[in-house]
Amino acid sequence: MSASDDRPDPDALLRQAEQEARGTLKVFLGAAPGVGKTYEMLSEGAARERAGTDVVIGVVETHGRVETEALVVGHEVIPRKAIDYQGRKLAEMDLDAILARKPQLVLVDELAHTNAPECRHPKRYQDVEELLAAGIDVYSTINIQHIESLNDVVASFTRVRVRETIPDRILEQAEIEVVDIPPDELIERLKDGKVYVPDEAARALSHFFSKSNLSALRELALRRAAQAVDAQMLDYVRAHALAGNWAGGERIVVAVSELAGADGLVRTAKRIADTLRAPWTAVHIETPRTRTLGEDDRKRLAATLNLASQLGASVTTVPAMSVIEGLTAFAVEARATQLVVGKSVRSRWFEMRHGSVVDRLVRDTSGIAIHVLPMDDPAPIQQRARKPRPGSWGARSDYLWALLMVAAVTGFGSGLSYVHANLGNIALLYLLPVMVAASLFGLRAGLFAGLLSSLAYNFFFLPPTGTLTINNPENVVTIFVLLGVAFVTSQFAARTRAQADLAQSSARANAALAGFLGQLTQTTGEEELAQAICGEIGRIFDVRTVLLTDSPDGPQVRAANPAEDRLDTIERAAVSWVLERGVPAGRGSDTLTASDWLFYPLRSASQTLAAIGMSRDDGSEPVTSDQLPLLMNLLDQAALAIERARLTDDMRDMAQLKERDRLRAALLSSVSHDLRTPLTAILAAATELRRDPAPQTIDTIEAEAQRLNRFVANLLDMARVEAGALKLNIEPVDLADAIASAVHDTRRALDGHAIELGVAPDLPLVRVDPQLFHHILINLLDNAGRYAEPGTPILIQGERAPGSLMLSVMDQGPGLPPGRERDLFETFRRIEGSDRKQSGTGLGLAIVKGFAEAQGLTVEAANRGTPVGARFTIRFPEAALVTGIEE
Amino acid sequence: MKEAATILIVDDEPHIRRLLHGTLTRADYRVSEAGSARQALAEIEASPPDVVLLDLGLPDRDGLELLPLIQHKSKAAVLVVSAREATDEKVAALDLGAIDYVTKPFDTEELLARVRVALRSRRVAEDGKSLIEAGDVAIDLVQRRIHRRGEEVHLTPKEFTVVAELARFPGRVITHEKLLAAVWPRDYERHIEYLRVIVRNIRQKLEDDPASPSVIVNELGVGYRLMGVAS
Repeated sequence: MSASDDRPDPDALLRQAEQEARGTLKVFLGAAPGVGKTYEMLSEGAARERAGTDVVIGVVETHGRVETEALVVGHEVIPRKAIDYQGRKLAEMDLDAILARKPQLVLVDELAHTNAPECRHPKRYQDVEELLAAGIDVYSTINIQHIESLNDVVASFTRVRVRETIPDRILEQAEIEVVDIPPDELIERLKDGKVYVPDEAARALSHFFSKSNLSALRELALRRAAQAVDAQMLDYVRAHALAGNWAGGERIVVAVSELAGADGLVRTAKRIADTLRAPWTAVHIETPRTRTLGEDDRKRLAATLNLASQLGASVTTVPAMSVIEGLTAFAVEARATQLVVGKSVRSRWFEMRHGSVVDRLVRDTSGIAIHVLPMDDPAPIQQRARKPRPGSWGARSDYLWALLMVAAVTGFGSGLSYVHANLGNIALLYLLPVMVAASLFGLRAGLFAGLLSSLAYNFFFLPPTGTLTINNPENVVTIFVLLGVAFVTSQFAARTRAQADLAQSSARANAALAGFLGQLTQTTGEEELAQAICGEIGRIFDVRTVLLTDSPDGPQVRAANPAEDRLDTIERAAVSWVLERGVPAGRGSDTLTASDWLFYPLRSASQTLAAIGMSRDDGSEPVTSDQLPLLMNLLDQAALAIERARLTDDMRDMAQLKERDRLRAALLSSVSHDLRTPLTAILAAATELRRDPAPQTIDTIEAEAQRLNRFVANLLDMARVEAGALKLNIEPVDLADAIASAVHDTRRALDGHAIELGVAPDLPLVRVDPQLFHHILINLLDNAGRYAEPGTPILIQGERAPGSLMLSVMDQGPGLPPGRERDLFETFRRIEGSDRKQSGTGLGLAIVKGFAEAQGLTVEAANRGTPVGARFTIRFPEAALVTGIEE
Repeated sequence: MKEAATILIVDDEPHIRRLLHGTLTRADYRVSEAGSARQALAEIEASPPDVVLLDLGLPDRDGLELLPLIQHKSKAAVLVVSAREATDEKVAALDLGAIDYVTKPFDTEELLARVRVALRSRRVAEDGKSLIEAGDVAIDLVQRRIHRRGEEVHLTPKEFTVVAELARFPGRVITHEKLLAAVWPRDYERHIEYLRVIVRNIRQKLEDDPASPSVIVNELGVGYRLMGVAS
């Protein structure tokens, strides 16, 4: 076990962390009714309240006892919710009211209580779990016989079996206080009528409250409490990697079958595992026989596996030809040290024929301790044996075929007997129908054919023919041989067929899995992946599927198959439940069973990633118990795929974030430089002006202020581009107008440069946002003015090209560094290597690009041939052109 | 010949008021100031101005709300001077009756030109002047004739309607909506592209260089104005 390294076990740390955010549970554990658990709980609640804790009573049963009722007074009591169930008035704890009230501590009596069917959860302990998850501390009470793993034990000596149990894991999270009084005193209290006993239990009372029983129960309670403390200690030790002396390397495997009583095995295995503090696995060996199980058996098996999983086992199903084979292989592979198996009550005859399973197990597995437990409650087994397995008698047509074949062979044989074939050969002929019937139709049809053949052989061929008497004893052997062949052949054929079935079914499962993985790996991005998961699960199980993830506004449908899907309130509640707890909910689960949908979580190691819902159009159960292992497998793979997709996204986001940070830093330094430079010039000029009002100084102020103005406008524009908040106001624009406005607004920046227009008067109008387009032109002109050699003209040219229109701004300057044309449009890029002092952050071209793309235009930068310089071209696609307008 | 026109500056920024005050006084206007909407209304009450330079970002009330109030109280031409440059704000101001819109930071010369236009268009509206000269182009609104350098230019009825609409308020920006409504009075679906084409045709006939127009000038996303009319 890797946990035995001196490294903190992450799972254990996680469990502890979860515990810290959750409310804590304290359970007052009693050996029997009447020991004073409720009283003790109330006293301690009162003490906490005096200490300043906000305490309310969720539900308390005082059973009319005065001293207990006295304690209730003074506590705030959340009124119970009245529920009308089949004419009976039931009062259940009002879970929502408590959650809304959100006290620090709530007192909830009788943890094992079963809720009325209308309630959110079937069991009260589930209510308590929800309270804990909401960060509310809970005090509760329970008697020892209500604990799942001790249920059998208690029943075995008290002969009272209680139906209401709670899973052991509830106690494992809890602080346990044993409320203990000596048995004699309890019996005394019972005699005084101080113990409340429900009517239906009254008849078992005298037996239950015997001194020996009470002593045994008391011992159980004390031991269980000690065990819980142990488990918590163990978690602590693991979390902090303290060198502990927990048993290393022990691993328990329990084999479960569909037989009643298998749940007892599971509970026993749990106890062994707890004592040894070892991990344990419940395994079901799937043999050809289990494929023929009826629905009841299957349900029982699923319930047993479910129980094991609830008790903390990992659960697996292993396909194999026989139980022994599968179990041995699995036990060795899982490096089991202890194996728990049940010994079914079987007839001696069966054991002689098959040999004892246990004997063979012991022989085949060396080094593994084997616990063999009797399976109690054999009644259901006999019941099952009486029930004919479907198809074992076969169809009537099978027997008809056998009859026809025998008849044909008889006819053929009588033909042969005319040519003096000997009797032995004719007997051999009869093997044919027997073998065919046995291998095609099974044992019974084979035996039928064998019997029929021997009768026909005897009647038609054995002297005296025409009678069923046999003269020669040798011929008796022939008849037995025929029957024997039928038997053996059918056994072999059945075995082969079963093997083929098994291989086929595991091939199907493997194919489903492989196909599923194939589909998932072909997707890119989480949305597509979610759709693929829905599609595949829907296809494999033939169900409607929907996949949801959590978002700040509650669960969101990410994918569905078929696409349409309205989820009702109850489904939404179930989804929230699944996403929050990571456990199934909806139809066929423990929670919100009224829903048509069954939701399963897609879990990674640390969190619930998504919930997948399944339903059928006809409203039947979406997933049958024998499909569960495959479904689990697929969901595990799906969860892995989603996690991988998310990690990839995260990494990409991280890279983008880094890039953005880099840009932000660049912008900051650039902005502070570009703001300060003109400001400095203006301030200096203003000071200068005071002394000597020279016109050049005023020019400086004006020019620098202009520059500042342009720069601020650009910053604002860039912010709009980056925020993606460009509101487009597209209208048809005459390029002549647009150019004239832009030239007008940049006349100062272009001082000293003539503007040459090469725009044909009949160019089509263009569909653009006039304001944004204006900024594009201004920036291009501004850029041209900045780089053009003084005195050189700037050329604006508009040309119609096939399928587009191009507007170019050309200057006569240093041109662009070859190969860097594309980089120009990135934010904060300025042509380097120019010895001329340039101003401007390089925002201009980024704005050109951002604004152009927002309107569906493209910009390109290139060098002109002659004269040397840069050329920036805006390309309008055909869709942006307004053609065919005549007055 | 004329008495000095009164101009009211409404702006919450004292520096801007001081600057405008100096500029306008030097241009021989009488100037009054207001720092808020309340003060502006009081000032209009006290001495009705000819032109109001209105900043939109006032501390006590948005300029766009103040606009109708000013118009209700006086016949002053309102010239919006604002840092807001969104097209729809401009159109909204014009629709509410502003005579023009100048964005900050403004060119002082340009602002003075707009003030002159504002004053003149008041007079034109009052005088009902029928002959307008814009550069080389003479427009006779009554005779519905247009001459360029003394030669008559033939315009289609729609083209003339557009020119006439612009000439009624020379130098003022006329919105696309108004022009479209004048040309197609009964048409609900008005397409700017038709207007653009008409303007383009007019330019072919009236402009020296239609590619760089100087008579009918575009106001980005808002409308057109007729330029070159002597003050």
